[in-house]
Amino acid sequence: MRKIYGVPGGEVLALDYPAVADYLSGFLRRELAWRGYEKALVAVSGGVDSATTLALAVRALGPENVHALALPHAESDPRSLADARLVAEAFGVELEVIEITAMVEGYAKLRPDLTPHRKGNVKARARMIVLFDLSVAYHALPLGTGNKTERLFGYFTWHGDDAPPVNPLGDLYKTQVWGLAEELGVPEAVRKKPPTADLIPGQTDEDDLGIAYARADVILEHYLKGYPDRYIEALGYQKEEIRRVKELVNRTHYKRHLPTVAVVSTTAIHEFYLRPLDFRIELE
Amino acid sequence: MVRHAVLQLAPEKGQVRKNLARLEAALAELAEDAPEVVVLPEAFPTGYFLQGGVRELALTVEALGERLDAIRRRVWEGPLDLVIGFYEKDEREGAYYNAAAYFELGGRGLLHLHRKVFLPTYGVFDEERYLARGHAVRAFDTRFGRAAILICEDFWHSITSTLAALDGAEVIYVPSASPARGFFGPRPANVERWRELAKSVAAEHGLYVVLASLVGSEAGKGMSGGSLVASPEGRILAEAPVFEEAALVFDLDLDRIPPVRYDNPMLADLKSGLPLLLNDLKRVVEAL
Repeated sequence: MRKIYGVPGGEVLALDYPAVADYLSGFLRRELAWRGYEKALVAVSGGVDSATTLALAVRALGPENVHALALPHAESDPRSLADARLVAEAFGVELEVIEITAMVEGYAKLRPDLTPHRKGNVKARARMIVLFDLSVAYHALPLGTGNKTERLFGYFTWHGDDAPPVNPLGDLYKTQVWGLAEELGVPEAVRKKPPTADLIPGQTDEDDLGIAYARADVILEHYLKGYPDRYIEALGYQKEEIRRVKELVNRTHYKRHLPTVAVVSTTAIHEFYLRPLDFRIELE
Repeated sequence: MVRHAVLQLAPEKGQVRKNLARLEAALAELAEDAPEVVVLPEAFPTGYFLQGGVRELALTVEALGERLDAIRRRVWEGPLDLVIGFYEKDEREGAYYNAAAYFELGGRGLLHLHRKVFLPTYGVFDEERYLARGHAVRAFDTRFGRAAILICEDFWHSITSTLAALDGAEVIYVPSASPARGFFGPRPANVERWRELAKSVAAEHGLYVVLASLVGSEAGKGMSGGSLVASPEGRILAEAPVFEEAALVFDLDLDRIPPVRYDNPMLADLKSGLPLLLNDLKRVVEAL
């Protein structure tokens, strides 16, 4: 008797990356078009998220319509800028380098108590200032590069790297970004290096977060879908890492929302007066 | 996880002893896989097309249960749940049914008997000439969860799986016997139809569909096989080939049903919306 063994059902994180690449390229074209933009602006850090975003933008708009920026600080790892150059070259885009050292240090001089953590946030927000200013100068829409894992963990600078209005990767876990990056031809050196925000010298994401992305993503997917802890434990995950994931998600919900506004009327925006962001009526 | 096996077997027409012996051998082969639930196709002990021979070959559910338990005692350690399609004789009523039973062998015995409601009597089929109709679709509790059985055409009417789902079924077992017809693509058209139905029903209600489909050639009619299991999202988790005997071994993770239903709450919506439609349902049924 021939026996055929079924694959147990389960949550699937692996995606059809060619299809995702096509879909996200179309997403960028459509989101830019109705906003009245033909060009995009991407801050390229030398990491895999911004490299993948740049690759998608080039695929969607053509290299001539994509501005790539590198925004190093004197304390940044020089390998980050080298990798940013590698990425820009790989996708045929010129890289404009703008040092943010003077901006950040100008503020740092005013606040001698600035800790490395706070200074890291200042760097991220300085980059946001440059990105939005050049968006006006180039009439190019800034693209966000944050992935779903870091967004869920709140592992970003609020109103810094999360600020751009359009983000193609925000619903892809880090491990999925790696898959997409490979599909899009992001250089291996960039895909394989340990992810780092490079805001504080020597830091890596996985050290900061206390969990590896490959494990975090599976736990997140099950947690978000409502699976109980005992189910996730049965998949081979430890109580402590499940707790860590839940802790990170639950202390950062505010970072995924607009600011809290006191509701005093029956026309409070986003409470009573609700419209989708692409809603426009025809005016007489 | 509940380990299941579908035995997609080809019975010999009318050879009940031989077919049950075949089942015994197949169970012995399956022992190493340790399934907790084994599912057999429609009319497995006799073959499907019997015409008037139903009267000679039909079994009472009690007699079938005893024979299956004897088999279990010979080749199985511990309890075994078995879903099996068979022609049933109800001696008290003098009626014959196309039925399927869920036995907890080595435990509580018969847990549920489903009598086919929709008897195909068109084209190559002639069931209602020989058989009485069942009148009920009910879910029932097993030692693993809640299940329902639908037989072949029962499943082709979406209302039956809807009833089963509303009654709490987490798994719908579907013993079937489907003669291959429509060779327009890589699979016969009826097999394509089964795949689409199983996926849609599973996804609509967020439950598992386990199809056990007969194989074998019955006087020129090739029973098509293609047994399968569909997940609550409507994905096919395992699939047997067409026309060949095979055992399909797979695990059902019933714990996945609540999160999948939460993401796609069609069943909850149906529970809210169905009462709104009840008047129209009555109206169209009464107008028949």
